[in-house]
Amino acid sequence: MTDSNNIVIIGGGHNGLVCAAYLAKAGKSVTVLEASEEVGGPAATREFAPGYKASCAHLLNLLDDGISEELSLSSNGLSLSREGLNTIALAEDGNHITIMPDSVEGGGLTAEDKADYTEYRRFMTKFAGIIGAMHNLVPPRITTDRDNLMALGKLALKVRMLGRDDMRELLRMGGINIYDVLKENFENPLLKGALSLDAVLGAFSGPRSNNSVFTALHRMSGNNSGAAGAASIPTGGMGGVMQAIAGAASRAGAEIRISSPVRRILMDGTAVSGVELENGEQIAASIVISNADVRTTVLDLLGARHVEADFARRVNNIRSNGNAAKLHLALDGLPSFKGLDKEQMGERLVIAPSVEYVEHAFNHCKYGEFSARPVAEITIPSIHDGSLAPDGKHVLSAIVQYAPRHLGTGWTEGKAAFTNAIMDVLETYAPDIRERTVATELLTPEDMENEFGMTGGHWHHAELSLDQFLMLRPVPRSAQYKTPVEGLYLCGSGCHPGGGVMGSAGKNAASVILANQ
Amino acid sequence: MRTVDFSSSEHYKTAVFPSPFHSRQKEHNQLKEWSRWSDYLSVPAYWCADMEYFSGRNACGVFDITPMVKHLVTGPDALPYLNRLMTRDVSKIRPGRVGYSVWCNEAGRVIDDGTIFHLKEGVYRICSQEHQIDWFMTNTLGFDVEIVEDTHDVAGLAVQGPTSCAILKEMGLEGIENLTPFGLTYFDFEGTELMVSRTGFTGDLGYELFIDPDHAEVLWDRLFAAGELRGIRAMGSDALELLRIEAGFILAGVDFLPAMEAVRPTHTRSPFELGLGWLVSFDKGVFNGRQALLEEKEKGSRFNLVKLDIDGNKPGKDSFVYIKGGKKIAGTITSAMWSPSAKASIALASLEAPLGKPGEEFEVEIYYQRELKWSRVMASARVVKDVFWDPPRRRQTPPADF
Repeated sequence: MTDSNNIVIIGGGHNGLVCAAYLAKAGKSVTVLEASEEVGGPAATREFAPGYKASCAHLLNLLDDGISEELSLSSNGLSLSREGLNTIALAEDGNHITIMPDSVEGGGLTAEDKADYTEYRRFMTKFAGIIGAMHNLVPPRITTDRDNLMALGKLALKVRMLGRDDMRELLRMGGINIYDVLKENFENPLLKGALSLDAVLGAFSGPRSNNSVFTALHRMSGNNSGAAGAASIPTGGMGGVMQAIAGAASRAGAEIRISSPVRRILMDGTAVSGVELENGEQIAASIVISNADVRTTVLDLLGARHVEADFARRVNNIRSNGNAAKLHLALDGLPSFKGLDKEQMGERLVIAPSVEYVEHAFNHCKYGEFSARPVAEITIPSIHDGSLAPDGKHVLSAIVQYAPRHLGTGWTEGKAAFTNAIMDVLETYAPDIRERTVATELLTPEDMENEFGMTGGHWHHAELSLDQFLMLRPVPRSAQYKTPVEGLYLCGSGCHPGGGVMGSAGKNAASVILANQ
Repeated sequence: MRTVDFSSSEHYKTAVFPSPFHSRQKEHNQLKEWSRWSDYLSVPAYWCADMEYFSGRNACGVFDITPMVKHLVTGPDALPYLNRLMTRDVSKIRPGRVGYSVWCNEAGRVIDDGTIFHLKEGVYRICSQEHQIDWFMTNTLGFDVEIVEDTHDVAGLAVQGPTSCAILKEMGLEGIENLTPFGLTYFDFEGTELMVSRTGFTGDLGYELFIDPDHAEVLWDRLFAAGELRGIRAMGSDALELLRIEAGFILAGVDFLPAMEAVRPTHTRSPFELGLGWLVSFDKGVFNGRQALLEEKEKGSRFNLVKLDIDGNKPGKDSFVYIKGGKKIAGTITSAMWSPSAKASIALASLEAPLGKPGEEFEVEIYYQRELKWSRVMASARVVKDVFWDPPRRRQTPPADF
């Protein structure tokens, strides 16, 4: 047993590392326990075929600027090999649309659609700013004490400050679906399809599901430099970002132990007393912070018996069934996408030819099937970063939906069939993709659950939706990163403000712990 | 006999069942009035509620408790499960013992009260007023435990009053006189197992008998045959109501609002607010409501449930309780009666904290009727510490013979 003043963080994902860095900077003794051989969880860069590397999370679009600065991530090795990707909506005939922060081009867009896009970006950016302003905020509780009321008041004021028309529009749109909003604004099916994908990536929802405007806004809410929602490709893959955060944490004095899976959280009466590793080693700690998802933390590592039944029930009811799969292709050369040159292939490519197509793809997963014609967000990061593939070779990294966590036939059987369905779709846009492919890896939500320990294989640990956001995230009575168990805190994506490599949950958790002491 | 048959697909057409004792209750029920208690027909009064009350106090009253909701809790985690569910430390209820407890939601408000029978090592029966299976099942997450509601598989009779022990002995329950209060034991009876506990809802010497429904009638017959010379009488729910108020026992839905039924959460009560702080064990680890109850302990409770001794002879049913002077309301009466044994108008009342310390004086506004003419009286009342009926024979082992 070690010093009981120690703070233990279970899990070295980005939030665990950010939390460790802030606590260590404040002079705390922090130990991060990471189960696998590398920090970063699904954001770690892994070799999936000899010489070919990719990370599950593949784009950086939400990392908080304040965190980058405060943790000096660039001096710890963070660099971007390509900043501010544009989105290219792929068309089967090669007549694609390029979506930029302030304008859209190509694809036979009318002048009206182009003008409407500018207006759409204006209000969406403005609304996303409201969510963005909440990122580094410990969610206020709905009580009558002064601090919480002030925080709630500030939020209300921000909404009011939008001005009469925009406030009304936000209140109207905030809970509805992206399908309706896009229909109100645009004519072009390809443009609508591509924009709708931003609303459903990583979510158990289709464009017509309620809340999908909210998820689109959340995706745009990052306060990183550049346009709202702009994505970048970090050098060395997302693992590069993880190494930078881990570097900052280590430099501040945090101890990071890899290959140290935690078996259970130890209790002394009603307070935590430490953790026990799978190898039986016990580490004493008066504070345990879990970067694991909330369900795993409370029901598996702690045990439901150590919390009140109402709390256990709420944790058990968190919706966290992932339905995004991750495809990694090792390519012996650059494929030829119809109508795209090499430079364009380095952008963010999306397959979502119409909103209806996306909705149809979602229909399958409601009934435990994978999409017959999946949607995809594709990057070829090796165009910008040669370290990811052998010379002259390339890596294609794609988020593919929908792949339900619980496939009716089971994934053992379904995996090859789904891979085939994806390749069929890819082939319609890049006819030589099969010839170019020398190795394939498909990670289903089941694989991600097993490999990264995320319940349901859900990127965000818990579905991002209005009923699981702010003071409702992960569940009431633990929304301020503190669980009802004395000394047990949460810092993962299951907490406010949710997933995407952002770091705010880790930072906010650290601020709560420091304020409590 | 067994009167509930869930194997039939038509079972849902019956909402209220005759009790396994129904054939015998019918014979005794001179008034031919029936009421409903939970899933069963019950008898408010067989011949005269007041006389049945006196049977319970001076001889022996028999009350059908089959409708009480019963659950069987088994499995390796039965004890930790119950300790997280209940406010009291269940580990202190040894096998062969019975304990009274309440259980709370996370706001620390009482969902229901009931008795925990530690039937055999690790096997428990929970009796409650309200159906609890949903809440009990919700509580199983993370525990290796099995919960079965077996209300319909167990027939029960409360045998209460000074001659009860002698009657049971006469019936052949050898050694029953050695059973201590809150103890339970088993007998071979007519080829089946009869479980007897020294418990009850009357605050007097008394027992509760549990048997399979097919042996209900033979149990009734043997009991009444054995009690013929010792004043045994069937007793209805009206008489029981009088007995339990005298004993200071609270009733769900009357003296407190079960938390699961509340539309207005502020109308519910914590154990402290029901005078049941002694049932709350903070040092046993986590249990439902612990955090809220710790906070309440620090900040203070909102209500006190007290016993009132009211001047005059009029029961203060549904009355307001005023601070002396009759201007400011201190609370309301939840249960009230004229107590023939204490010779006093007595009541249970919920007063706003910190009001309600023993000896404090209040005024009770009583409306009463004499031959259809309504009158009102402001009667003085004081808070008393002890229950109105607590005879030494309640605790005496062995009880006096009759």
